[in-house]
Amino acid sequence: MKKRNGYLTAGYILTGIIAVFVIVGFFWKPYDPTAMMTGPKFDPPSLQHIMGTDNFGRDIFSRVLEGAGSTILISICTVMIGAVAGTVIGALTGYFGGIVDEVLMRLNDALTAFPSVLLALVIVGVTGGGKYNVILALGIVFIPSFARVTRTAFASIRDVNYIKSVRLMGANPLRILLVHMLPNTLSVLLPAITIGFNNAVLAEASMSYLGIGIHPPDASLGYMLSEAQGMLRLAPWYALFTGGVIVAVIFGVGLIGEGLQRRGKETL
Amino acid sequence: MKYAVKRIFMLLCTMVIVSFLAFAAFELISGSAADTMLGTQGTAEEIAALEEQMGLNRPFLTRYFDWFFGFFTGDIGTSLRYNQPIWQLIAPKLGVTLCLSILSFMLIIVVSIPLGVRSSRYNTGVKDGLWSSITQFFMAVPPFFTGVLLTWIFSIVLHWYNHGQFPGLKENFWGSVGYLMYAAIAIAIPRIAMTMKMLRSTIQNELSKGYVRTAISRGNDRPKVLSRHVLKNSLVPVVTFLAQTMAEIVAASVVVEQVFAIPGLGRLLVASIADRDFPVVLALVVILAFWVVFIGMLADIINQYIDPRLKLGGDRK
Repeated sequence: MKKRNGYLTAGYILTGIIAVFVIVGFFWKPYDPTAMMTGPKFDPPSLQHIMGTDNFGRDIFSRVLEGAGSTILISICTVMIGAVAGTVIGALTGYFGGIVDEVLMRLNDALTAFPSVLLALVIVGVTGGGKYNVILALGIVFIPSFARVTRTAFASIRDVNYIKSVRLMGANPLRILLVHMLPNTLSVLLPAITIGFNNAVLAEASMSYLGIGIHPPDASLGYMLSEAQGMLRLAPWYALFTGGVIVAVIFGVGLIGEGLQRRGKETL
Repeated sequence: MKYAVKRIFMLLCTMVIVSFLAFAAFELISGSAADTMLGTQGTAEEIAALEEQMGLNRPFLTRYFDWFFGFFTGDIGTSLRYNQPIWQLIAPKLGVTLCLSILSFMLIIVVSIPLGVRSSRYNTGVKDGLWSSITQFFMAVPPFFTGVLLTWIFSIVLHWYNHGQFPGLKENFWGSVGYLMYAAIAIAIPRIAMTMKMLRSTIQNELSKGYVRTAISRGNDRPKVLSRHVLKNSLVPVVTFLAQTMAEIVAASVVVEQVFAIPGLGRLLVASIADRDFPVVLALVVILAFWVVFIGMLADIINQYIDPRLKLGGDRK
C-alpha cells in the first residue's frame, strides 16, 4: 500500500518553485543586479521592483536571484564533495573494517570536537576567502559526518544473508559495494544529503554574513543580509526578502529530507 | 566513580589529539609568525632574530608541548596584533560568551521539553502534520536572520534596547542579561525545534514498546506512564543530543555575537581571522573544542548515572 507523503510533495513543490526561479535567474533577470539607479533609492516593493530597491537604487529581486543562485550552487558542490568522499570512505571502512577503520573512526571522533561550521570558518579565514576556497573548506568539513553515516549503514548490512550469498557466488567487492549494498543504504544516505545541503546553505550564508566567505562582486545571500542589516531603518524589506529566501530554501529541502526519512521508516 | 575517572582520562587524551591536530594544521597553513609580523620588508636576519626571540626555532614537538601545557598555566602565547598575552585578551570575553551559551541552553530546555512531550501525543493525522511542519519550519530559520529580525522589531521599531550598546557584564549585569536575551532567542529558535523533534521521536519510539502497554493495561493513566516510565527511558538519548546542542550553540554564537555586536569570543575570533592574528585564532579554536569535548564527557558521565548498563560498555538497545 502506498501512503501519501505530504512532506515529500510539499518539499518538492517549494524546492521546485525556488529552483525554477534560480534557473531562470541564471539566464534572465528583470534588472542587472549590479546596475545602480534602476529606480529610486529605498523604493518599497512595487510592481516595477517586486522586492523594492536598496541604497544604490539596485533592484533587490534581481540581487536575490543572483545571490540565491550562487549560494545554492556552492552548497550543491559542497555536498557533492562531502557526500562522494564520505560515502567512499564510509563504504570501504564499513565493509572491510580492520585497523584502517579503527584509525579513521578515532580521527573522526577527534574532528567532531570542532563544530563543523566553525572549522570551515577558520579554514576559509586562514586561506583567504573566495568561492572555491569556501566550497573546498565546507566540502572537506562535511566529509566526516557523511563517512560516519555511510559507515554505519554499510557495516549494518555487511553480514546480512543476501550479501553473504553474493560473496559466496564470487562477486568482487566493488560489485558488492556498488550494486548490492549502495542501493540498500539510500534510505539513510538521501536524508543525510538533504541535511548536508541545508547545513551547507547555513554555513555558507553565515560565513558570507561575517564577511569571511564570498567577496563581492560574487553575490551571496549571507553577504546581502549583512548589507541589509545596515539599512534596516530605511529598507527593512531588503533583510526580510533575503532572509526569507534562505528560510524557504532550507525549509523546502528540509521537508524533502523529512519525507524521505519517513518513507525510509515505512519501507523498513 | 571509576567510570568517571576513566572518562576524564579519555578526555585528556582527546584534548591532546584535538589540540595537536589544530596546532599542526596552523603550523602548515599559516607559516611563520615572524614572517607575518615583519611583512615583506623583513630581511632574512631580522626574521631569524625574531624567531629566536619568540622561540620559533625550537623543534615542533617542544613548541607544541610548551603551548599545550600553557592551557593549564594560563600562558597560551602572545597576540601578534595587540602584542599582549592571549589570555588577557580572552579572559574578559569568556564570561560574556559563557553567559550567552547558558542563556540559550536554558531557553532551549525550558521551551522544548514541555512542547516536545506535548507534541509526542500525536503520531498520525492532521495534528501530527501540523506539529511536524511547524518544527520543520523553525528548524529552517538561521540564527543570524532571526537576529536581524529581532534587531529590527525590538531595537528599531519598538526601541526596547539600543543595538550595539552592550552594557558589559561587570557594569550592569542584569542589563547585559537582558541584552543577551535577544541573542539567546535567536540562537535558541532552530535548536528548540530540533530538540522538540528529537524528543518527540524518542518518546514515540518508547511508547510503542511493550512495557508501556503493560503499564496502561494495569490501570495507569497516560500522564503517569509518561512521567514515571517513558521519560526516564528517553533520557539517555536526550542528554546526548543536548550535549551536541551545546556544541552547536557555541558555533552559532560566533555569528550571532556579530549580529548583536556582543563583545564575546566569537567577535574576537572573527576579528582575529580578519587581522590574520593566528595565535589568537588557534587558541580560540582549541578552547572552543575543549569546551565541546568537556560537555561530551559530562553528558557521558550523567548518562552513566541514569543508565548504569552503559558502564559495561554495551550499547543501549
